[in-house]
Amino acid sequence: MALPGESILASRGTKVSARAQSRRPPAPATYPVRTEEDLLTVRHAVRAATVEVGFGLVDQTRVVTAASELARNAYVHGGGGTVTLEYPHEPSGRRGLRLIVKDDGPGIADLDAALTDGFTTGTGLGHGLGGARRLMDEFTVRTGRGEGTVVVATRWTVR
Amino acid sequence: MTTSEAAVRERLTRALQERDEEIADRWVELQMEQALLDTDIGEAELREEADALIKALVPGLQSGVPVDRVVTSTPVLYEAVVGLSLRRARAGATPTATSLAVLALKEALLRAVQRDTRDAEELFASAVFMNRLLDVAGALSFETYVEGREEIIRRQSQQLMELSTPVVRLWRQVLAVPLIGTLDTARTQVVMENLLQAIQDHEALVAIVDITGVPTVDTAVAQHLMQTVNAVRLMGADCVISGVRPSIAQTIAQLGIDLSTILTRATLADALAAAIKLIDGPGPDGDEGDGR
Repeated sequence: MALPGESILASRGTKVSARAQSRRPPAPATYPVRTEEDLLTVRHAVRAATVEVGFGLVDQTRVVTAASELARNAYVHGGGGTVTLEYPHEPSGRRGLRLIVKDDGPGIADLDAALTDGFTTGTGLGHGLGGARRLMDEFTVRTGRGEGTVVVATRWTVR
Repeated sequence: MTTSEAAVRERLTRALQERDEEIADRWVELQMEQALLDTDIGEAELREEADALIKALVPGLQSGVPVDRVVTSTPVLYEAVVGLSLRRARAGATPTATSLAVLALKEALLRAVQRDTRDAEELFASAVFMNRLLDVAGALSFETYVEGREEIIRRQSQQLMELSTPVVRLWRQVLAVPLIGTLDTARTQVVMENLLQAIQDHEALVAIVDITGVPTVDTAVAQHLMQTVNAVRLMGADCVISGVRPSIAQTIAQLGIDLSTILTRATLADALAAAIKLIDGPGPDGDEGDGR
């Protein structure tokens, strides 16, 4: 039953907003995506992280939804993977939340097609990847046939 | 070493057969003493378990299977340990208490052996043998306990799923399903079954699916909602989705999901108003004339 790939322990998310204000971003945390329930855990963790960073309600919903799409892709198409949350910040004081979603699946054969709305290899709606890109500010995909997929997506707070 | 193992087996078997009462008494006593069984398992039940397990140990020892596999490869013994652990799990005992209870049998057994021999060498060999025999039982017990608990959790989440998808009648021929939590494939199935059945039972014409309590609407959730709407329409009823909050509306639009073919409303109240308009409006069989 054990899937290949490194075993990763989910680390706790610090939850002191006073500390967050003093420019000490929480340590990156990685969550496994191996089951449908893991998607729930990821959504909860991302929701907490967006609150921590200080996103408004709409942005919170955007980032959580994007994370849900990407994690589901890793679970459904990549056969499971991991989601890592990072807290980048710029000297200007702009803060952000970065999602790094990794899987060791078959990779995406045609990335441009996969980013097109309505394209699906499964039974989904085909809006997941392209939709997630629209929900985030920065979005890069590293993939290749048989190489797995890494999606890095960042959303910044408006300052 | 091997010759003495045969001797130890024989001695243990004899002790188990001749002193079964005594061992069972002592074991029950030890478990009561440990006071770890913070449960409603009574002394009579403990005694019953003890008798069964002690009896099951005899064929296990006589089978000639290597000592560390006796417990797992003697069906009757395996069943006894598994049964005991599951009962404890259901009664709410902790996993530690459960395996300690099984391991307490060692002490009871060793005491019985001590009655027959005072030879230190022999006692030591017996103790080592018993450890190897019963540590496996302790581990098995722990494992079973965890499985038992997982089974309980699975059952509960299933119950929760059905509990959390009630279909309520809001108005004549108007039903509503307030969804709370995540809408995954399994949940959609339950919602759909309950809803379609209720539509038939109440001869409903409009079904309102309220998503106020759904925290995230991603493409998978949207797809499940669409499936539900399609199924409702196939039954000849209309479907309204309510509880579309501003943040959800923006996110759905940005995701590129087209819900324009579905009647949606911001609040449940709006949806009810829309539903009433739908059933009261001129329809092919709009039953007029009640209280007007």
